[in-house]
Amino acid sequence: MKFDTPATTNPIDQMKVVGKPIPRIDGYLKVTGQAKYAYEWHDASTPYAYGYPVGASIARGRITSMDIAAAEKAPGVLAVVTTLAVGERKKGKFNTAKLFGGDEVQHYHQAIAVVVAETFEQARAAAALVKVDYAEEKGAFDLKEAMKTADKPADSQQPDTSVGDFDAAIGSAAITLDEAYSTPDQSHAMMEPHASIAAWNGDEVTVWTSSQMIDWWRADLATTLDIDKEKIHLMSPFIGGGFGGKLFLRSDAVLAVLGAQAAKRPVKVALPRPFMINNTTHRPATIQRIRIGAERDGKITAIAHESWSGDQPGGQLEAAVAQTRLLYAGANRMTAMRLATLNLPEGNAMRAPGEAPGLMALEIAMDEMAEKLGLDPIEFRILNDTQVDPEKPERPFSHRNLIGCLKLGAETFGWSNRGKPGARREGNWLIGQGVAVAFRNNMMLPSGARVRLDRQGIATVETDMTDIGTGSYTIIAQTAAEMLGLPMDRVAVQLGDSRFPVSAGSGGQFGANSSTSGVYAACVKLREAVAAKLGFNSDDVVFENGEVRSGNRSVPLTEAVGDEGLVGEDTMTWGDLTQTHQQSTFGAHFVEVGVDVATGESRVRRMLAVCAAGRILNPITARSQVIGAMTMGVGGALSEELAVDTRRGFFVNHDLAGYEVAVHADIPHQDVIFMDETDPMSSPMKAKGVGELGLCGVSAAIANAIYNASGVRVRHYPLTLDKLIGKLPDVA
Amino acid sequence: MRAFTYERASTIEAAAASAASHPSTRFIAGGTNLLDLMKLEIEVPTHLIDVNGLGLDTIEKTPEGGLRIGALVRNTDLAADKTVRRDYGLLSRALLAGASGQLRNKATTAGNLLQRTRCPYFYDTNQPCNKRQPGSGCSAIEGFSRQLGIVGVSDSCIATHPSDMAIALRALDAVVETVKPDGRRHAVPIAEFHRLPGNTPHIETVLEQGEFITGVVLPAPLGGRHIYRKVRDRASYAFALISVGAVIQPDGTGRVAAGGVAHRPWRVEAADVALPQGARPATAALLADARPTEHNRFKIDLVERTLGAVIAEAKG
Amino acid sequence: MLNPTQLEISRRNLLITSAAAAAATSALPLSAAAQTSQTETELTSTVAFAVNGERRELNIDNRTTLLDALREHLHLTGTKKGCDHGQCGACTVMVGGRRVNACLTLAIMHEGDEITTIEGLGQPGNLHPMQAAFVKHDGFQCGYCTPGQICSSVAVLEEIKANIPSHVTTDLTAPASASAEEIRERMSGNICRCGAYSNIVDAITDVAGTRA
Repeated sequence: MKFDTPATTNPIDQMKVVGKPIPRIDGYLKVTGQAKYAYEWHDASTPYAYGYPVGASIARGRITSMDIAAAEKAPGVLAVVTTLAVGERKKGKFNTAKLFGGDEVQHYHQAIAVVVAETFEQARAAAALVKVDYAEEKGAFDLKEAMKTADKPADSQQPDTSVGDFDAAIGSAAITLDEAYSTPDQSHAMMEPHASIAAWNGDEVTVWTSSQMIDWWRADLATTLDIDKEKIHLMSPFIGGGFGGKLFLRSDAVLAVLGAQAAKRPVKVALPRPFMINNTTHRPATIQRIRIGAERDGKITAIAHESWSGDQPGGQLEAAVAQTRLLYAGANRMTAMRLATLNLPEGNAMRAPGEAPGLMALEIAMDEMAEKLGLDPIEFRILNDTQVDPEKPERPFSHRNLIGCLKLGAETFGWSNRGKPGARREGNWLIGQGVAVAFRNNMMLPSGARVRLDRQGIATVETDMTDIGTGSYTIIAQTAAEMLGLPMDRVAVQLGDSRFPVSAGSGGQFGANSSTSGVYAACVKLREAVAAKLGFNSDDVVFENGEVRSGNRSVPLTEAVGDEGLVGEDTMTWGDLTQTHQQSTFGAHFVEVGVDVATGESRVRRMLAVCAAGRILNPITARSQVIGAMTMGVGGALSEELAVDTRRGFFVNHDLAGYEVAVHADIPHQDVIFMDETDPMSSPMKAKGVGELGLCGVSAAIANAIYNASGVRVRHYPLTLDKLIGKLPDVA
Repeated sequence: MRAFTYERASTIEAAAASAASHPSTRFIAGGTNLLDLMKLEIEVPTHLIDVNGLGLDTIEKTPEGGLRIGALVRNTDLAADKTVRRDYGLLSRALLAGASGQLRNKATTAGNLLQRTRCPYFYDTNQPCNKRQPGSGCSAIEGFSRQLGIVGVSDSCIATHPSDMAIALRALDAVVETVKPDGRRHAVPIAEFHRLPGNTPHIETVLEQGEFITGVVLPAPLGGRHIYRKVRDRASYAFALISVGAVIQPDGTGRVAAGGVAHRPWRVEAADVALPQGARPATAALLADARPTEHNRFKIDLVERTLGAVIAEAKG
Repeated sequence: MLNPTQLEISRRNLLITSAAAAAATSALPLSAAAQTSQTETELTSTVAFAVNGERRELNIDNRTTLLDALREHLHLTGTKKGCDHGQCGACTVMVGGRRVNACLTLAIMHEGDEITTIEGLGQPGNLHPMQAAFVKHDGFQCGYCTPGQICSSVAVLEEIKANIPSHVTTDLTAPASASAEEIRERMSGNICRCGAYSNIVDAITDVAGTRA
């Protein structure tokens, strides 16, 4: 099915199941420990062996020799596979740095060997016996230095945009702002480490892994190992978090497959936590410059956003200016992005790539600008709202209710009680409130599904879609139940298996809308098959209460599908509605913080997000996506930073003690409100994504609240106490 | 983790003797730091002596009016002890500020004292570190040093001692009781227990190989206000950037120790003397001769401001 | 609902695979046990403890953590390995009723101990009240930290009952309470990167009978 005209009334609009707060259907498995993650697939008769990775101890250079004699002789060792023995390999389409193979070291902790042994303990001990000699080469590790020689990347990455005459407009603007901001390297730090089990059977291999994108992984594994994609069976039904870190094939899968081949045994490989951060990808740091010019009435006349980021050679930009092209009005505007070459580990997508760090900067700038104008920051944003693409005014937003989010949020949060910077104090706490806008584009990817309706009246949905905690199992079941007129307990969902139709996968907040649309398409096919079998006119056919009706005829589905059952399979593809209309999601984050007047520690006291993201398919799982993102935004604002050792070229704090994500004590009760809306331009589901929207702007709202609390403006994340205490009131 | 042999100790003396006879032995009690380090091959014992069966898990009054805390009393139990809560609030507070509920359930009094630094370079065996590999150099001094030491540091090492508990024990003038490998009993004031790094940062305490900690003795209660203020980036489950532990009397006199600043729990007599004059003079004395890096210079200001808040709280 | 055939499909596939693997392994030398020398014997130990009320005896490498003994030897994979270094809490189990990080303790140190894992708290169809509350309040997303969160929260309520204080307890001499602030502090050793904290606290306070 191709979605190329706006949705009209369809069975989803009944909202008997879709849109209802139905608890996760896989919840009981997760709370009892019965959900099996990649490393946990177990068969009693299978002699699993354990692989343990060895990582490069330098950041850049070549391996001149590897001595594996001691490792091979160590107790229990079955095989040692080295990057030299494996030799140069083709790189997966989605990988920037190579995962394994050849003598070149491109970054610290790049995988250079896997040691396979009878037990985990033996493999780990033997891995420490591998001796490596290197010819080390100098590298670039410091973005501040490297930005001086940063390049303009290919036009496909849209490095430069310009509309009107920015220079003239900023020159003549009554009020202007010109500030620099920075965001640090961040780590996905999902709770389940990257892990895979590989089992060969003849020339075919089954890999249980932890992947957000089954088909991408399968293709890239085939490329990397130079084997036929059809010979690879990938399984990833439960994923312990991803946030973009499991979008692309990782080394654990490659090492498990090669280790299993060498050891002639099924092999399990998990990346040790202290190895993960430098071995895998991260969100790249940015340095940003924002200039805004406005008339005294608050109308923006000029806006410019420039960003510098770094990556491995051949890598990509962190597109931090993306939202600035669309979020606020202003006739004269420009954006520019430059890419520096860095020899740190690969930078790549992490939850809301582009917008997350971009809004961390832009939404502080908007707060600063509002203050310069003497305007309330909400009023300033409302004044500059736009219902069209500011670069192409002929191109409207499909649906945009940012103003509604801001107004409802302000009322709910008690925004009118906000005082002047540094004005409110309770004991040692300086209290302040901040607001920031959330904005993230709505993307759709082709997504397929197969729905089988059997004689017992059970519909089974099969798609290679993944559930990384997002609630895919549940919303897919809701979609099928709504389309087929079945109760939830008559729908089974199977995900994360490469034998199923290729789906959108999980990423870019495209998963929910795309994958349920694919299920919608398959259900339409199935409904047609049922109608055809019964000789019904498919135009007026109704699926309800386990029956199919047309005119005055009504047949139970169990009977209608016959002994063999019926199958519908289809893939949703997308027309040009995203070109003719700008499709985005919107929100407003409200935060209250306390800043300890003595120590400068900032703690979040209250949080509210108001989101406008089309139809909400399940308010429970959607809310969880948003509170989870708000929590990640707290970490991003207050503590998360991969510390770069610019001499030795690696992230120093490479474990969960050193890289501080938010803990329970950092997070207050969180409120989320969804605007009651649909977006018929987005899909037959009329839904959009929320999982990344929820993160966008949170950190800036916190930064703005800290300013309101303390009077100290910090433009460099994270807002740790050392950036505040020198400017806080004297306490001695 | 390298392979090791394992024994369960039956008596303290046997444990000490056995440890002295195996050059690469470690006692294991809670294991929360030792196993962490063994997995990374930072600790590579070939023999482990499990001392969990030795008792040493009681808290008893001493004839001098103080408390004797067994080496194997778990951090949770020590923090929850009624007498400790009432008379040595600083110790309860320091313990509860550390680690997590799970870790405190395992971690012991002696093990907490023997925690090793959390310097990230110490934890990465690919990086030079004089503490881990004497003579290899210090990566931290010109590297990422935000959490590291500012006072008592050397050109070899700027690591900090990570314990919160030890800051309280230092302020309370605890005494560490041990048994030497030859069976002799020994007592070490906490002030002398941990060493400064100097040019031998790998030697962290005055314990001999095989010397076994049996307990810690607290002198009679001091009265006054007991305050432990730990400052960190996130609100819990994090090591201190700095911490200030103080016992302050109604007349403003008292004692103060700081964590997160040095290779050992940091206390300076002159700082106690200056305490009644306020946070600024007390901090000036406490951190005299500080040698911060550009990344951790903020700690000087932070200690002063935190101490200011502690003094204000004591008055309030 | 989830279709149980999903598990069956995977198992069938694995069985096919393992038949081939078994053939391949028969060419390998005999198992390690047959060639064990005296020193190697000393590097392994026998330990017996009760897991969820059932006596289990293992002869294992001294290096095996309680976590790996549960997951790799007893195939109780509900207890998760998130960091293996005591930095995340995903491996939280109860030993003698007290919560600990199973990754930072050796299995051989638990002779005679009573160990409770997530599998021992409740099973599908017979959930522990805390498990049910986590489902009700959506106290998880990816589910990987969840067993640890649940084991920890059950123990936290016991710790409060036992009047063990916490970092945020205002008065050390007063009884501990199950306020939201107390629960947040006490649960801070269990990291949830999906960020379900707000819902987890709702679930725990629901079970504790207090309001968040």
